[in-house]
Amino acid sequence: MGVEGIGARVARKEDARFITGLGRYVDDMVVPGMKHAAFVRSPHAHAEITGIDVAEAKKMPGVIGVLTGKELKTDGIGNLICGWMVHSKDGSPMKMGAWSPLAVDRVRYVGDAVAIVVAETRGQARDAAEAVQVSYEEKAAVTDAVEALKDGAPQLHPEAEGNLIYDWEIGDAKATDAAIAEAAHVTRLKLVNNRLVPNAMEPRAALGHYDKAEDHYTCWTTSQNPHVARLVMSAFYNVAPENKLRVIAPDVGGGFGSKIFIYPEEIVCLWASKKTGVPVKWVADRTESFMTDAHGRDHHSEVQLAFDADNRMTALKVDTIANFGAYMSLFSSSVPTYLYATLLSGQYDIPAIHCNVRAVYTNTAPVDAYRGAGRPEATYVVERTVETAARELGLSPAELRRKNFIREFPHQTPVIMNYDAGDYETSLKAAMEAADYDGFAARRAEAEKRGRLRGIGMSCYIEACGIAPSAAVGSLGAGVGLWESAEVRVNAAGTIEVLTGSHSHGQGHETTFSQLVAERFGVPIDSVSIVHGDTDKVQMGMGTYGSRSGAVGMSAIVKALDKVEAKAKKVAAHLLEADEGDIVIENGEVKVAGTDNALPWFQVALAAYTAHNLPEGMEPGLKEGAFYDPTNFTFPAGCYVCEVEVDPETGHTEIVQFVAADDFGNIINPMIVEGQVHGGIAQGVGQALLEGCRYDAESGQLITASYMDYTMPRAGDLPSFKVSTSNTPCPGNPLGIKGCGEAGAIGSPPAVINAITDAIGNNDLTMPATPQTVWRALKAAH
Amino acid sequence: MSDVSMVVNGRNVSGSLEDRTLLVHFLRDTLGLTGTHVGCDTSQCGACVVHVDGKAVKSCTMLAAQASGAEVVTIEGLAEGGELHPVQAAFKEHHGLQCGFCTPGMIMAAVDMIARHPDGLDEATVRDELEGNICRCTGYHNIVKAILAASEAMAGKARQAA
Repeated sequence: MGVEGIGARVARKEDARFITGLGRYVDDMVVPGMKHAAFVRSPHAHAEITGIDVAEAKKMPGVIGVLTGKELKTDGIGNLICGWMVHSKDGSPMKMGAWSPLAVDRVRYVGDAVAIVVAETRGQARDAAEAVQVSYEEKAAVTDAVEALKDGAPQLHPEAEGNLIYDWEIGDAKATDAAIAEAAHVTRLKLVNNRLVPNAMEPRAALGHYDKAEDHYTCWTTSQNPHVARLVMSAFYNVAPENKLRVIAPDVGGGFGSKIFIYPEEIVCLWASKKTGVPVKWVADRTESFMTDAHGRDHHSEVQLAFDADNRMTALKVDTIANFGAYMSLFSSSVPTYLYATLLSGQYDIPAIHCNVRAVYTNTAPVDAYRGAGRPEATYVVERTVETAARELGLSPAELRRKNFIREFPHQTPVIMNYDAGDYETSLKAAMEAADYDGFAARRAEAEKRGRLRGIGMSCYIEACGIAPSAAVGSLGAGVGLWESAEVRVNAAGTIEVLTGSHSHGQGHETTFSQLVAERFGVPIDSVSIVHGDTDKVQMGMGTYGSRSGAVGMSAIVKALDKVEAKAKKVAAHLLEADEGDIVIENGEVKVAGTDNALPWFQVALAAYTAHNLPEGMEPGLKEGAFYDPTNFTFPAGCYVCEVEVDPETGHTEIVQFVAADDFGNIINPMIVEGQVHGGIAQGVGQALLEGCRYDAESGQLITASYMDYTMPRAGDLPSFKVSTSNTPCPGNPLGIKGCGEAGAIGSPPAVINAITDAIGNNDLTMPATPQTVWRALKAAH
Repeated sequence: MSDVSMVVNGRNVSGSLEDRTLLVHFLRDTLGLTGTHVGCDTSQCGACVVHVDGKAVKSCTMLAAQASGAEVVTIEGLAEGGELHPVQAAFKEHHGLQCGFCTPGMIMAAVDMIARHPDGLDEATVRDELEGNICRCTGYHNIVKAILAASEAMAGKARQAA
């Protein structure tokens, strides 16, 4: 490892601009002639549109245009789609209702876009949007997925009878039922995974620019995957053909999944730019973000976990209802199926598993992937149930887990996944030692003297990152491949540009990816530039989500580096009159191993471009591209221990200790990896203690639509975290790495809730465990 | 319309603005100082914190007209003579930022916090004082670390100077 190579805690290159206010986010972009947009949105959860009168609005000061869904449809702009086909267990395809970027005759959730106003200033656009008269005929609304399935519930889409999108299953129902019937013990739980709003700090934004001279569109957008945005907007929404559409995702202020999806606003801004003849910028305010960003989670599950007389798990049965909101968002269908049910084996050897999932329309914002996407829901199901079982069986939570850990790899679970490598015992041990688990009883007794209820909880999570290979996910219904691309361009004077299809919105790719190059060629990371986020610069890519940029994105870079290295060695061998096999590249020099016969790196690059003296038949230049399609998912895993103190008078929970022991395989930059874990834990603790998205059941109004109403975790809500890692290299990719971006959010909620239920002696506790919820549970128990 | 003039990052600036123009929009849209961000509309997130006459202020909660005549410092004006402010340097060194969106407000709030606690800070105080700044990426762990380190570094400098 060099000072800037693999494994080094290199400070981030990108920070230079962020700490000086020079980051460039979409709202910072200015295009000559640019005007501002505001959307007219439905104030009702469910209504027929009986008329739209734009006459008054058009007369307002500064207004350039007011456009509605009818005009959008006339121009042939397509409906939004879900790009992952899931079939119900009866073989029928999922029932996708129509989602027009601007509603034409019906609105289905509060915030549904109805019209766009373009004006000289933001203020004028907003004023005019209020003057658009939309006549609505209100209909009954339903916001809860369980209610939406009942007879007589309001119906959202004619395509989906009974609001049911699909009724899907995985695993062997018969074997699972038989094992449960024969079990020595069955732990049964009903669990709700609370609905969350992702809340990236940068609100979504889009700037659409139609250039009439070139008949070409440019879209600056807050996207985690600009290439997918271009593909989808071209192929499905008829905005423009790919060669006429450039999508740029510049600095993006956090995503957490919510910026994977292609939303109505970027489509409408592009279209409106052509209609009005001016570049059109829209920036969401926070309440718009709450109303219209895709939400996360929102599952209701019933769980049965069966044990034999020796306390070995014999079967797991789960029945889940997943709320999809008013429309199917881009990857929504995959979240409670292939990203959730396939992880229900957890870290355990469970011979039989069956899971049934019903996906349901409701009059709420669309629900899709949010940090962890299905895996937090699965972990919550498994780890709350296992901890509960330990209490019921009178075993320590660690002992029951140890007894059932998978210990031989590869391990084929009953639910598709084939775990390639892992060492769960090591993480468990590390977490328990760091938490001084053995000293807990004394700490609890001490807390009791102070009138506090102290509890400890554990969670052993598994996740699957870097969803792949493409052929496999294609067979499961994915509409896209899940490979990644990279191109390494060595310039004539030796500096290097790496073009990647991954996108960084906080993950530090400019640093981590540069470290790979530094490791390989011994050049300083300052001589390496990472290029991403622009479809005109990088030909194609799949973007960043599902903790895939390390395992998939960096593997593509490694492949391209291999090719560059091979060619550079050939050039050098020719120049040094040596055998190609004897050439090594180190410390910025290309040399004959074991001699001082060497060329500086830049000289080899220059030779490749002057082409005055290259091996016979070799093409000039030093630039190579690669596509990398993984052979399997990667399987990060770990153990989290949370310790809490509850004030019995108020129900307030304080997290007094949080320990994370993760196995991410090999690590490129430990500082960045730790940062990812910290952030993930904060979001998981937020889910467990603070965050809960609420709709009024009757009116369908979003009650938690601002930071005054939705409790974001703040510095004072959290402790400093104790994090550590172990390393079982992933055998499936060249770097031996796994994903680290979502682990914290996946592993932490059950650890927190297990700790609180331990403290209060009542297992019947729902998230978020607000002081009121905890106080009520405490009173119910005593 | 309101005529406003003020000193921003040491430069005299003025403009004729709609009365309702917020300070943050004057900074961003008129002056092009886009380092100050808007993350919410209820004065909760703190992405827009700047210094007005030496105090940390949420620039989304102040009309530009109210700041007329004042001296304003934004994140762009914090580094002097090309040298990073110790708080900026500490955020980089301790990985106190990820996506960077809340960072300018965090740094401006931290500079103010350290100035108000010349005798030093502890973790509990930093966490308490950060109540008006929301970060979704870092879990605050490294932000707290960075502010404590900057506070130490600045106290050290102050001792040297004395």
